[in-house]
Amino acid sequence: MLSRRKKPDALQGTLDLLVLKTLRRGPHHGYGIAADIQSISGDILRVEEGSLYPALHRMEHLGWISAEWQTTENNRRARIYKLTRAGERRLAEEQEKWAQLTKGVAKVLRFA
Amino acid sequence: MGWIHRLRNAWSGSDDTFDEEARFHLEQRADEYVRAGMSADEAGREARKRFGSLTLARERTAEVDRFRWIDDFRRDLAYGLRMLWRSPGFSLLAILCLTLGIGANAAVFSWIEGILLRPYPLVVDQDRLYAVVSTNRGVGSDETGMSWPDWLDLQRSSTLVESFIAEKITGTALSTGDRAERAPGSIVSANYFDALGVHPILGRAFVPGEDTGRNAHPVTVISHQVWKERFHGDPQILGKTQMLNGLPHTIIGVAPDGFYGTFVGYAFQFWVPASMQPQFHAGVYKLEDRGARWIEGFVRLKPGVTMAQAQAELSAAMARLEADFPETNRGRGIQIFPLWRTPFNGAAAMLPALGVALAVVLAVLLIACANVGNLLLVRAFARQQEMTIRLSIGAGRRRLVKQLLTEGLMLSVIAGIGGVIIATWLRDALAILTPPHNGIILRFAGALDWRVFAMSASVCLVSTLVFGLVPAFVTSDIDLADALRAQSGSVVGSRRAAWVRSTLVVVQIALSFVLLAGAGLLLKSVQAMRTVSPGFTTGGVLTTSVDAFTAGYNVARARILQDELIRRVRAIGGVQSAALSAITPFSYASVPSAQIAVDGYDPPRDQQPSADYNMVGPGYFETLGIPIISGRTFTDADDESAARVAIVDQTMAAQYWRGSDPVGSRVQMNGRWLQVVGLAKAIKTRGFLDAPTPYFYVPLRQNPTAVVGLQIRTPLAPAAIRPSLVREVHALDSNMAPGEVITMREQLERTTSSQLVALTMLIVFGGLALVLAAIGLYGVMAATVAQSARQLALRVALGADTAHVLRLVLGTGFAVTAIGLAIGLAFALGTTRLMGYLLYEVNPRDPLVFTTALVVVALSAAAACTVPAFRATRTDPLQALRG
Repeated sequence: MLSRRKKPDALQGTLDLLVLKTLRRGPHHGYGIAADIQSISGDILRVEEGSLYPALHRMEHLGWISAEWQTTENNRRARIYKLTRAGERRLAEEQEKWAQLTKGVAKVLRFA
Repeated sequence: MGWIHRLRNAWSGSDDTFDEEARFHLEQRADEYVRAGMSADEAGREARKRFGSLTLARERTAEVDRFRWIDDFRRDLAYGLRMLWRSPGFSLLAILCLTLGIGANAAVFSWIEGILLRPYPLVVDQDRLYAVVSTNRGVGSDETGMSWPDWLDLQRSSTLVESFIAEKITGTALSTGDRAERAPGSIVSANYFDALGVHPILGRAFVPGEDTGRNAHPVTVISHQVWKERFHGDPQILGKTQMLNGLPHTIIGVAPDGFYGTFVGYAFQFWVPASMQPQFHAGVYKLEDRGARWIEGFVRLKPGVTMAQAQAELSAAMARLEADFPETNRGRGIQIFPLWRTPFNGAAAMLPALGVALAVVLAVLLIACANVGNLLLVRAFARQQEMTIRLSIGAGRRRLVKQLLTEGLMLSVIAGIGGVIIATWLRDALAILTPPHNGIILRFAGALDWRVFAMSASVCLVSTLVFGLVPAFVTSDIDLADALRAQSGSVVGSRRAAWVRSTLVVVQIALSFVLLAGAGLLLKSVQAMRTVSPGFTTGGVLTTSVDAFTAGYNVARARILQDELIRRVRAIGGVQSAALSAITPFSYASVPSAQIAVDGYDPPRDQQPSADYNMVGPGYFETLGIPIISGRTFTDADDESAARVAIVDQTMAAQYWRGSDPVGSRVQMNGRWLQVVGLAKAIKTRGFLDAPTPYFYVPLRQNPTAVVGLQIRTPLAPAAIRPSLVREVHALDSNMAPGEVITMREQLERTTSSQLVALTMLIVFGGLALVLAAIGLYGVMAATVAQSARQLALRVALGADTAHVLRLVLGTGFAVTAIGLAIGLAFALGTTRLMGYLLYEVNPRDPLVFTTALVVVALSAAAACTVPAFRATRTDPLQALRG
């Protein structure tokens, strides 16, 4: 079974978190998600675009997000991703995990 | 066409999706760069650079999607199995319906493969084998064998044919212990085994030259069965001799197990080279006679040669022979057929029966699929809440469609395995319908090879799509909000579902009707054959045979024996009359045919008049009750010393004397003039479906043969007369015994086996179809009642009486039935005539048959509606309204 357990690196988890959080604001296509992350982070975070789509497909498979083809305002067909209820639960968990992680890292940094 | 898109999305890989997504992404990015002031070209390049490796990203996405596909499939499978397990009643019913449908198809596929398409086990490249007959322009479609000299000439001149394989079915008595049994065998050209690609497991096949010379090479290859049963698998068998038709033959080889020769319907037990032909044809030497047409052969075309090319080359060669040998070859042509249309063996009889069988089992499968579709639909609605919940927690619609298809596929795979098992059981079922006679076991075996499996597998797949997709489409349109609001026992989508389900039942009823009407017509046809007159009396006539040739008699001695025998038979108590004849009507023996000329008849230049004939003894017409219309019958006085005479039949008189009385004029047979002394009523000689062909009789005494049929008019049963008959034959020669004694009626019925096969198919499968359709109708009615329970309850609560509720419920059922019957009727009226010659003297639109089928289907439908309807009348308003 394909699952997150296969690639337990923190970076991937971070990407998931960012994507889910972005979609919390409303459905968006891949390009929009990448652009949002970049602009909201004040250009600090730049999504590696080659990794974005496998991640989106994986999350879709896991049922966190759903996708649908729609036509954008400039008349292009785009695949719009949307957060599902399972995705919202996941987001809450990931956020909690991230908070724990940063708290931990901050403690270590303070101590050292 | 939203559903096509849905379907494509559900099954297609992700590459398209990714490419389209990436293209959108790059375009957006490029737009951004253009807004920032880049040129379009530069923007595109930069966008691609920023994205990184497209190939890598595509691969990683595809990998994700691939895993997901396998993963989903595995989960669907496990889930489907759980669902099947959870409702065992549904699962069993669905699997049973499908198993019957697929099993029946697999069985018929295996018969078509084993009897028509590749009928000869162990023979290589049967696709390139074609059956050969010679044609006769004078007699229209009349097909006969080829002559040996013609055969050799064709072989010499042909460049497109790889090998010419000559053969003629024959038989001999093989004694097993103290019982003599007939065993079929074949007279073949020396290249027979090599050209077929069959290699003896012991010894050798025939070598070139062994098919030349009069009785010059008394050698034989025996079947594996004979070797095992008669010689107990003796490894030292080679060189031993076996008596065949009164002559010892040296056994030179043993055919491999599973090789039955090349004649659909029979398993050959021995093969002899063509040089031994006279020994099996009552001493008549035909190898140098261009007019003797006896070979039923095959040609194996070179790879890549089409049938039309070969036909053209062979026809041209025959035309040259016609020019070179006008006496014997006038009007003679050649025609080749693919194996499944072979005119001279059991394939010809089985072709229409198997055609009907194929149509019938496809109809049964369709009905079974409609039933399973219906069952799945019912269940899909029972599972609506589950589906709704899965949708709401984010399952994609296409996942649901896939789930339904996986469940369908599981059903049909299970049923497919069951179906193949059924087909294995049914492999030899056709042999049951064609019982052995005279010790000869007919062989009509199905073949289960990869082609049959492939066909059955595709039937499984197609039926999955048919019944799996119907509920998938209906349920994939579930409206979330509606569904959640409606809760359990809902009527969501019920109108659409009811429509789909009613359509399915309409199809089922229509098909059941067609099948039943077909069965009725065939039943009538078989009845007509049983009661029809073949032109002679069959009641109170027994028939048997006396083979003096095999017992070592020459023709002259056989004639003396026959004279004495017929005197003794006539003296047996209870025998009213008895007569000998060379050919017994409706027997497989090939009817002799002669080139003729008629006084005052001038044939067209390219036509050689010919007619079939029989050699018969005195009393033949009286014994069989064939009316003599004018002139006289043969008497004891018509012997070898008297003037040569003939009796012609009405068909021949109509054709060659243009209807005037032929008595007193002359007919020439094979160059010899005969005086016509009588005109007989035309009879059917080979089978009920014979077209009338010119036929005449000559006295047996003037044209003697050592092997004769014996016809006896007596009120006695075969078993009652057999001991006296055996006694009389033994008194003349203790080494001889009469052949099987049967009634003439049975002799006739043995030619109707293909109709019987088709009839049995139609009755068995027509009945099955009706049961399946009734189950379907019952299901629809039960579901309708259940779904409208609330509404019915309201009506009852408001004072509607039982009759009203009954009318309401039954009305739906009757409407569905009526539409189904109307469609079925229209369809049957248009198609039953396609049954062709299987229908003997039956109107393909016989009103009685159609009415009966109508009533049977209507009654079954009524029965299926009754139970749910009465359940509806017992609805408890309180409970229904509360629920």
